[in-house]
This record gives sequence, C-alpha cells and structure tokens, in this order.
Amino acid sequence: MTAAQKHSGTPVQGAAPVPDTGVFGLLAEFQTVPQLMAAAEKVRDAGYIHWDSHTPFPVHGLSDAMGLKPTRLPYVVLAGGLIGGAVGLLMQWWMNAIDYPLVISGKPLFSIPANIPVMFELTVLCAAIGAFLGMLVMNGLPALYHPLLTNDRFRRATADRFFISIEADDPKFDAEGTAGFLRSLGSSAVEEVRG
Amino acid sequence: MKTAIPDSTVDDPRVRPELILGGNDFTTVTDKVAGLMERPRPPRAWYIAFAVSLALTGVLVAMIGYLVLTGVGVWGLNNPVGWGFDITNFVFWVGIGHAGTLISAILFLFRQKWRTSINRFAEAMTIFAVVCAGLFPAIHVGRIWLAWWLFPLPNQQQVWPNFRSPLLWDVFAVSSYMFVSLMFWYMGMIPDLATLRDRAKTKVRQIVYGIFSLGWRGSNRQWHRYERAYLLLAALATPLVVSVHSVVSFDFAASQLPGWHTTVFPPYFVAGAIFSGFAMVMMLIIPARQYFGLKDIVTMRHLDNMSKIILATGSMVGFAYAIEFFMAWYSGNPYEMFTFLNRAMGPYSWAYWIMVSCNVLTPQLFWFKKLRGSIPVLFVASILINVGMWFERFVIIVTSLSRDFLPGSWLSYTPTYVEILTFAGSFGLFFTLFLLFVRYLPMVAMAEVKSVMPQAHLEEGIHKGLGDYWGDMPQQHGEKGGHHRGGKS
Repeated sequence: MTAAQKHSGTPVQGAAPVPDTGVFGLLAEFQTVPQLMAAAEKVRDAGYIHWDSHTPFPVHGLSDAMGLKPTRLPYVVLAGGLIGGAVGLLMQWWMNAIDYPLVISGKPLFSIPANIPVMFELTVLCAAIGAFLGMLVMNGLPALYHPLLTNDRFRRATADRFFISIEADDPKFDAEGTAGFLRSLGSSAVEEVRG
Repeated sequence: MKTAIPDSTVDDPRVRPELILGGNDFTTVTDKVAGLMERPRPPRAWYIAFAVSLALTGVLVAMIGYLVLTGVGVWGLNNPVGWGFDITNFVFWVGIGHAGTLISAILFLFRQKWRTSINRFAEAMTIFAVVCAGLFPAIHVGRIWLAWWLFPLPNQQQVWPNFRSPLLWDVFAVSSYMFVSLMFWYMGMIPDLATLRDRAKTKVRQIVYGIFSLGWRGSNRQWHRYERAYLLLAALATPLVVSVHSVVSFDFAASQLPGWHTTVFPPYFVAGAIFSGFAMVMMLIIPARQYFGLKDIVTMRHLDNMSKIILATGSMVGFAYAIEFFMAWYSGNPYEMFTFLNRAMGPYSWAYWIMVSCNVLTPQLFWFKKLRGSIPVLFVASILINVGMWFERFVIIVTSLSRDFLPGSWLSYTPTYVEILTFAGSFGLFFTLFLLFVRYLPMVAMAEVKSVMPQAHLEEGIHKGLGDYWGDMPQQHGEKGGHHRGGKS
C-alpha cells in the first residue's frame, strides 16, 4: 500500500481547500480500451457497487461490462414531450377560442389541423429540454467540485487514459485488498484519492 | 506509422476506409485539436479576418440603428413588394443552418461515423446562421420595440397572436430550432470542454472551461446517460429540422399568390436548405482544415462525401424547379403560367438564370471523382451554390410579389444601400461569431472522433457488448476489413 500512498493525490487545481474527510477511494489507470473492459468486468464480478470507469470518449460495451442498468432518461424525455404537446394545444385553444376568440376567415375558433405545427414544435422543444436537463440532473451535474478532479493523473481521463475508481464507501472496499486487486487487473498505476 | 496522408476516397466495398488518417492516436488527436485553442495567439490571418468581420458587424449595427431611428422607409420595399432583402436573408440564413443539424442529427441516426470530424463545426455554423436569420424578421416588423408581440405574451391590447397564421408557426419553429440546436451543440461540447479544463495552464482558462464543463468526469455512468440523451436529442432534432424549413415554406405556400401557392414547397425548401448548408460547411471547412492543420481529421473523404450530398440535394432542387414549371403548365391556370414565364423571361430573369446556373449546373460537376477531389473546384462551387441559393429565395419572393394578379398593382423592387449593407453586415456577424468559436472552443468533437478510431474498439473475439455499434470497424485497415456485425444501440 505504501507505493500507492506515495502517489496519493493532493489538491492541485485551484479548488477551495476542502476539509479532510479521509479517503475518497482508489483510482486505477489503464492504458487501453481492452484492458479497461476486461478489468471492468472483473470489478463488476467481484461485487463492487460504488465504483466507476472514466474514459475520454464513450466506450461501447463498457456499460454492459460494468453491469449498468438501462437509464430511465427516456421517460423524462417522454414526459417532457407530453407536457410540451399538451401545453401547446391547450394554450392555442385557450388563447384563440376562449380568452379572446379570434374569427379568422370564418373558420372554427378551434380546430386541430391549424394547431398542429405549434403543438409539434413545443413537443420537440420540451422533450429536448427534458433530455438535456434530465441528463445533467441524473448525472449530478453541474458539480463544481469532485475529489477525483484533484488528482493530477486523472487529468488524462479526458484525453487519452482510462481509469477505474472504487469509492471508499463501497461495502467491499478495503484499502490494501482493493489496491492489490486493481493492480492484479493490469492497472499501470493505482493511487489513493483523498477528498 | 504512416507519414504521408493516404487516399481514403477509394470505394472498395470490402474495405471500410479509415476515418482518421495520419497514424493518429488519442493523444495526438487531443493535442492537435486542443492545441489550436491553447496557442498564445492565433495566426495573423485570424486577426485580419476578425478585424474585417468586426467592421462588418459594426456596419450591421449602424444600419439597424438607422432603420430603427428612421423607419422601414429606408428600405426599398413598396406596396406589392412588402418582402425583399429582409425575408430573402432570413430564409437564406435559416437554410444554411440546416446542414449543421443534418450532419449532427440525421447522419448520427444513420450511423454515418465520418460525421464526427465535422459535426461540431457544422453545429456551430447552425447556431450562428440561426442568430443571423432571427435578426431579419425581428427588424422587418417596423416598430421593432414591439417585436415581442410575436410571442404569446400578455400585452396592453389583451389580444393573443393568431395561431392560424404560418408566420406565427414560424416564430415557434425557428425559436424551438434555435434552443434545441444550442442544447445539442453545448451538450456535445461538455466532454471536450472538460478536456480543455484538464489541460489548462492558466487560472482563467481553468476557471472558465471548468465552469462550462460542469464538472464532467468522463465517468461511464455519466456517458451512459449522456449517450442516451444524445441519441434522443438527435431523434428529436431530425423531425424538427424538417419541420422548420417546411414551416418557413408555409409562409409562402399558405398564401394565394401565384408562384407561392404550391404544395411542393416543403420538400423543395428542405432539400434546398440542406443543399445550401452543405455548401456553406464546405466553404468554411476548406480554409479551416488548411490553416489549422486538420487535414488528417477532416480528410478528402469527408469533402468527397459532402460533395455527393450536395450533388444529390442540388439535383432535387433542380427537379423541383422543373416540377414548378410543369405544374404551372399542367394547372391550366393563366396566372400560374404567367408567373413562371415571367420568372424566366421577365424583368428579374437575370436573377432566375443566376439561380439556375449556380444551383442546377454547378453541382453536376460533382459527378466526376476528379472534380470532387479538387479543393479549388470544391471551394468555388460551394461559393457559387451559396450565391445561387440566395438568389433562389430572392426570385421566389420578389418575382411573385412584384407581378401578382392585377397588372395595375405591379411594381418593381430595387434594394437600397441600407438593405445591401445590412445583408453584408449579417455576414460580418456570422464570421465574427465563427472566428471566436474557432479561437476559443474545440472545433472538432474530440471525444466523438476518438470513439471512431480503431484503438477505441476491442480486438477480435473479445467482448462485444450490447450497444457496440462501432464494432464493425476493421481493426487493421485492409486485413479484416469489411466484416459486418449486426449491432444494436
């Protein structure tokens, strides 16, 4: 464990000093996609729960290797679309037929075909807002601080390196054992992250 | 490692061409793209272009100020011709934007992986084009301080807008399009902004990129939802983009005017929009890949593919021109027949023939592979197409308005210098925004480009998970190429 502690991450970016609450977890670096994928499967099979992989781009198949469940985001998008469509239709009905009836070319005050375009645009707009905001909220973003972002090596997670992080609050976490386990998976560097 | 850039435009169906050339890996792609934003100062050409664009933007502001202070009388509009340069420019700019969404959303749904090199660029173009487009309807209303009446907001007259009007549909379509494009563009940029944050050497860059990257950590739990959101946004943007230019065409098609009252308008406008937008992407990307050293990321194959789309959509536009004439004759309606003869042989026939030669004849060059491979041909053709597409809108608007049913109400339209300078100024605004974009934001979607590189995939025979739709990429060019694996998303 001493070797890993030697590299232990210290806050380097200009983040505000945070109270030392102890160890956030372990961060293991991998050089290639196949190594990461194989390691992720082993971490999943070892029964860890509070862990994650970090990659510079979406690696396809990694969600399965990690055993992630399908996201519920599509329901948020569906709800956004339904709300947008309903609001779009009700707004046009209330404004042009109820609150201030407008007679245009002797046509009915309210008729669906004339109201489709606005309803459609609002459906798409609200569904898109649902997708965008839903993704951010479910991902816990925006987050202005995260312990991993204090690690120097982790800066390459958005460039050309692949990482697995196992958090200290995982029931199976054990500083020595988990570090050894990660090293056995072919990690090129295992570091402790404080935060 | 290859040093010379090989020709990737060979069409051998057994071999999938490499999308990124020049022996790049993840590190070099990051260095190349992020390096552009990290240079202490941009090349001299950037300063010159920026100064010119900024000056033109100043002209735009001055012309709009003059218009607002004086009134729409400073434009050359008259009673039958109530729309001139203003709406021509509006339709022109909205159309330009459509290629960005086509590249980012429609090609994404069709799994066209080559789009990753150019989609950021094209999406930025969309946003800036829609900004320019939105300007014109806002300033053409006359008393522009009342432009907010376009939206269904309570006002002192206590009347709501008329939702039967295609002009109001247009307000909703264009504003939804703007917001959705902006979200799509920004969301796609979050991982790349995080890359810039993590490479930042100065405090300012660290804080600014840090704030805008929202704390992105490239976590797979994040990517997992991010990718789903991206797919859903693409699926939403696809019908949206088709609806936007359809609604724009309703502004004309839902009226009674000969030459406007046509059912072919929605598909014809959408094809034209994609046509002009691709020409604009081509026009912007040719100098960009040259000056920013991106030739192995935006390869000749990208230009080749784009020119094929230009050829296809240009031919659709040409077909629509022919159909308009056929329908005018087949309808037996004398007003309709007159309108089209007047377009081709009347006082604005010069504009009509500029339109036909630029839009129908120019793209036919792209039948020839040799011409598709020539940068000067591509560049000049893309400029000609943009000229032609501007004239298309001018012809549709002005010829129909100036010659309607009654010869007694005919009048010609000549733009004033204010209109011409406002149009020139809108290019200034567009290029100012674009130059700021290439200076401060990642102009190539690094994360997406990395995901289509061979190193992003597993070797043969190991894990091929659900969602591995990149899995049919060859591991070694030319050796195991061409194998197909039915992937699911």
